[in-house]
Amino acid sequence: MPASFYILALFTIMSAFCAMSLRNLVHCALCLALAFLGIAGLFLYLNAGFVAFAQILVYVGAVAILIVFAILLTRNAEKNEAKATSSLFFSIPLTVAIAAILLNAGFSTSLRSSATAATAPSVRELGTLLMTSYVVPLEIIGVLLTVALLGAIVLALPERPEAT
Amino acid sequence: MSPLQAYLGVSAILFAIGFGGVVTRRNAIVVLMGIELMLNAANLNFIAFWKFGITNNAAGYVFVLFSIAIAAAESAVGLALVILIYRHYKTTNIDETTRLHG
Amino acid sequence: MIVFQQIDQVFVTAKHYAVELAPIEWQSIISVLLSIIPILAVFPLLFAITTILERKGLGRIQNRYGPNRVGPYGALQPVADGLKTLFKESVQPRAAEKVLFFLAPVILVIPALLAYSVIPYGRNMVPLEMDAALLFFFAVGAGTELAVFMAGWASRNKYSLLGAMRAIAQMLSYEIPLILSAVPVVMLSGTLSPTGIVAAQDNYTATIAHWNLFKPWGFAGFILFLIAASAESNRSPFDLPEGESEIIAGYYIEYSGFKFALFFLGEYLGLFAICGLGITLFLGGYTAPFSFLNWIPSWLWFFGKLFALICFFIWVRGTMPRVRMDQLMNFAWKFMLPMALINILAAAAWRFVPMPGFRWIVSALIVVSGYLLLGQGLTHKAHYIKRTYKFAT
Repeated sequence: MPASFYILALFTIMSAFCAMSLRNLVHCALCLALAFLGIAGLFLYLNAGFVAFAQILVYVGAVAILIVFAILLTRNAEKNEAKATSSLFFSIPLTVAIAAILLNAGFSTSLRSSATAATAPSVRELGTLLMTSYVVPLEIIGVLLTVALLGAIVLALPERPEAT
Repeated sequence: MSPLQAYLGVSAILFAIGFGGVVTRRNAIVVLMGIELMLNAANLNFIAFWKFGITNNAAGYVFVLFSIAIAAAESAVGLALVILIYRHYKTTNIDETTRLHG
Repeated sequence: MIVFQQIDQVFVTAKHYAVELAPIEWQSIISVLLSIIPILAVFPLLFAITTILERKGLGRIQNRYGPNRVGPYGALQPVADGLKTLFKESVQPRAAEKVLFFLAPVILVIPALLAYSVIPYGRNMVPLEMDAALLFFFAVGAGTELAVFMAGWASRNKYSLLGAMRAIAQMLSYEIPLILSAVPVVMLSGTLSPTGIVAAQDNYTATIAHWNLFKPWGFAGFILFLIAASAESNRSPFDLPEGESEIIAGYYIEYSGFKFALFFLGEYLGLFAICGLGITLFLGGYTAPFSFLNWIPSWLWFFGKLFALICFFIWVRGTMPRVRMDQLMNFAWKFMLPMALINILAAAAWRFVPMPGFRWIVSALIVVSGYLLLGQGLTHKAHYIKRTYKFAT
C-alpha cells in the first residue's frame, strides 16, 4: 500500500474523530464534510469513480449543508448547555469493543480475497445494470426519495395557529 | 497487510468512531452525524469487498449507489424531526426529550 | 486543408513535442503540468478582460462611459484594479474565526479551477478524459456552497450569515434545474463524457450542424441552463445574496484586500466554467455551426462562443432588475423544475417518434405547451397594469 493511502486514511479518521468530539457544532459539521471528502478519496483509490463523485455530490453537496442548516435553525439551545457528552464510562469501552470485533473480523485469516481486482463498470454498463438487473430497487428508491422529501417538507412546515 | 485488510481496518475504525459519537454525544444533530459516518463506513466496506472479493459482479458497486441515496433521504427526514423537536421542547438535548418515559 | 488542420492541433503537437523532450521518469508530471498551466494562465487573463468589458458594457447600457482614464479607452483598468487590491489592507475582524475566515476564499476558488479540467477546449484538447466527467463537474460545483457558508459564518456578522444562507438556498434551488437540463443531452448522446457529447454534435446536414441548440428540447434546455447558470454564479438578475444596494456584499462583507479579490475571481471563474459546460452540452463545443466554416480552428470557435456567452451575461446584467428572494424560489421550484422534467419528456419523444419530420413537431409541441401551462400557473394571480413612464417622454 503506498504511503499516500495511509495519509488519506489517517486524514479521514482524524476528521471523523474531530467531527464527533468538537464542542462547536458548526466545526463538527465542517469536519464531517472533510471526512466525507476523505471517504470519496478512498473510493477513488479503489477506482470507483462514479461512486466517489456521487458521494461528493450527495454527501458534501447536500447532506452536509442540510446538517449545517439544521444547526443554524436550532441555535438557541446550545447556549445554555452544560455538558456536551453523556457519561463516558459506558460509551468508551463499548466503542473499543465494537472496534475490536470489527477489526478481528476484518483481519481474520479465513477471509478470502481474490488476486485480481474487479474493474469498475463503465457508465454505459452501469446504466444497463441499473435498468435491467436492478430496476426494481431503482424504482423503489425513486418512490422512497419522493416520500421522504414530501414527509420532510410536511414535518418542517411552520404550524398554522388553530382557527378559533 | 493485504489491501482488503487495510480498507476493512479503516472502515472498522470509522464505524467505531461513528458509534462512539452516537452513544456519547447529547445533541441530536451530532447523533445524526454519527449515523451518517456509520453508513459511510459500511459503504467503504461494500466497495472494498466489491474490489477485492471473490465474487465478480457489480452488486456491491450498485448497492453503494442505492445506500447513498437512502442515507440522504434518511438524513432529510431525521433533521426535519430534529427541527420539530426543537420547536416543541426548545432544546436539542436528547436526554431531555423524555416525555414518553415510563 | 492540411494547413488548417495543423493550426487546429498546434497546441496538441506542441505539448507532445515538449513532453518528448523531457526524461522518461518526468514525462507524466510534465504532461500534467503542461495541461494545467495554460488553463491557469488563460482564464485569469480572461477574468481581467471580462472585468473591464463588463464595466464598460454596463456603462454604455446605462448611458455613461465606463472607466476610461487608465489606458487607451480604459483598457489597463484591470492592472490598476489588481494593484489596488494587492495594496489594500486585509482587515480581519477580531471576533472572526481565524481558520475558517482564512480558508473560505481558498475553498471557493479550488472547485472552480477543478471544474476546468473536464471541458474540451478544442479537438483532442481536454485536460482530463473521464468516463463520468459531467458528474465530476457537478460534484465539484457542490464544494462552492460549503465555501460560501464558511465565509458567511466565519465573519461573525448577522448580515453576513443572512447573505450566506440566502446564497446557499439560491444555489441549492437552482442546482436541480441545472442538472436536470443537462439530462436530455446525456440521454440522447449516450455518454457522460464531454468529448462524447461534442462528438455526437459533430455532424452536418445541409451545412447546418447538429448542435443541441437547434433541436426543440435543446433550445428549451439551453435557456433553462443559462438561467440556472446565472443563478449558480450569483449574477444579476439573481444577485440578491450579494445585492450591492441591500446587504452590501452579502457573505463577503468582512473581506478586504486579496481575499476579496479571490472571491471575485472565484465567482467569475465559476461563471466561465459553467459557460464552458453550456457550450459543450448545447452549442456543440468546438464545432463550427456551418460546415463551410470548418477551417477556423476549433479552439478559436470555443473561445468565440465563450466570449459571446459572456457578452450575453453582461447584457442581461445591465438590462434586468434584481429578483426578490421569494420570487426567485418560486421560479426555481414551480417553473424551472417542472419545465426541466417536461423537457426530458420532449427529448424522449424526439428519440422515439419514428418519422423524422414529425418528431420536430411533437417535441416542440410538448415544450411549448409545458411552457404555456406552467407560465399560466405562475402568473394567474398577478394583475399587471399598463406601464406609465413618468420621466421618460
